[in-house]
Amino acid sequence: MMSDTPKRKITPPTVTPETAEFWKAAGEGRFLLRRCTACHETHWYPRAICPFCLGDTAWEETAGTGTIYSWTVMRRAPEPYAMAFVTLDAGPTMLADLVDVDLDGLAIGHTVRLVWSPTDGGPPVPSFTLS
Amino acid sequence: MSIKNKAYIVGAYEHPTRKAPDKSTAQLHAECARGALADAGLTKDDVDGYFCAGDAPGMGPLSMADYMNLRVRHVDATDIGGSSYLMLVSHAVQAIAAGKCSVALITLAGRPRSEPARPGNPWQPDAAWEQPYGIATLNAYAMCAMRHMHEFGTTAEQLAWIKVAASHHAQHNPLAMLREVVTVADVLASPMVADPLHRMDCCVVSDGGGALVVVSPEIARTLRRPLVAVLGAGESVKHTMGGRVDLTYSAARVSGPIAFAEAGVAPADIQYASIYDSFTITVLMQIEDLGFCAKGEGGRFVADGNLISGVGKLPFNTDGGGLCNNHPANRGGITKVIEAVRQLRHEAHPAVQVPDCRLALAHGTGGLLGTRHGAATLILERQ
Repeated sequence: MMSDTPKRKITPPTVTPETAEFWKAAGEGRFLLRRCTACHETHWYPRAICPFCLGDTAWEETAGTGTIYSWTVMRRAPEPYAMAFVTLDAGPTMLADLVDVDLDGLAIGHTVRLVWSPTDGGPPVPSFTLS
Repeated sequence: MSIKNKAYIVGAYEHPTRKAPDKSTAQLHAECARGALADAGLTKDDVDGYFCAGDAPGMGPLSMADYMNLRVRHVDATDIGGSSYLMLVSHAVQAIAAGKCSVALITLAGRPRSEPARPGNPWQPDAAWEQPYGIATLNAYAMCAMRHMHEFGTTAEQLAWIKVAASHHAQHNPLAMLREVVTVADVLASPMVADPLHRMDCCVVSDGGGALVVVSPEIARTLRRPLVAVLGAGESVKHTMGGRVDLTYSAARVSGPIAFAEAGVAPADIQYASIYDSFTITVLMQIEDLGFCAKGEGGRFVADGNLISGVGKLPFNTDGGGLCNNHPANRGGITKVIEAVRQLRHEAHPAVQVPDCRLALAHGTGGLLGTRHGAATLILERQ
């Protein structure tokens, strides 16, 4: 689902041949990870070549649930917003913003789920909200 | 092969400007070069090796060697952000030891107060996964501090002590941007900019620069400056590790032990330390990772004035550091080496000079601590 209260302009991601399928799926509300076909590890950010063994990797759809590993609130921004490292239940830890959350109520260990945030003319990007 | 005693730092110069709207970046580089060569007692035509990093305008060593009309036989422009210049000292010593040059000039300069920020490169492989959110320097450091507090019980008061110590030193530096002595309460009362970092946990933004001259032992002995030897050096990078993110430590965990082993000394032997201070959390994590205290003990180590010269056990950043003095080009690495050289020459301000300072450490972190960063450690000795 889309986050329905975009509070600030999010610039569109740079889409490359390596990541085009991720962003196409994002536009359809599906969250993809790369898993290595040799060592079977998942990683983040998505790469065609496995960062653990340099094997080939393949896309797989995943749930986008996880827990907050660390967080901060950018209080200086014109509209304050929250950023976090989220450890996905699927393994890797990824950076994203937190949307539709109480900026004064965040804590490490909170469980979150992925939502898609619209960008300014590009595919949506992953965000998280409290689950 | 070791670089121990293979070359000496004989020239060091910190540009006095903190805001330079009327100068070009290339001009600032050249003014720094002129200052460091004069300090060493050498001339431009003695330089046969030139070292710079990402702040150098144009195509780095090509543009700057052309601007300064240097005739060099060795160049190196390896960029690991603000830690580049500590690493370039190591690379200069390596080049001198290998006979590739004998007088190495290293320059840094920039005008972040007077020029618009350079946009991030949207084609670097991490860009799509970070830049849309407005990932900023602040974010990446703040999340390290938040995790450190969570894992080890580090407090905002303990982080504040790092700024307090820097301000005690800066009061004696007439060129420092922030000379007012502050208290822990002052830091905690400053506005929260990115939880848990307050405004006073953050370094200054300044125009300016610096330069260093590193030479072979044969040339160093002909000069009239105290001999500052490079005893050991280490470098490393740390990143997001394929998604196995661990924000509790920095690349100093690798670069520090390499430098100490090469120098043949231990953290307890260090009399003065220049430690990169983009933010207070940067200092705290580096102190742990360099082995001045155990992991997780950094908060207790820095508290109660332990970093204040004449008061604590580890005098640090006696020029006021990036937190109070200067952070030229948003890259504080070169000023870390410059103040360590001042201490070893016994040319620091008398109020902050470490008595009979013979052994110093300088360490830098470049890039973003929470995503990807470089680290470089130098162990320096007065001989």
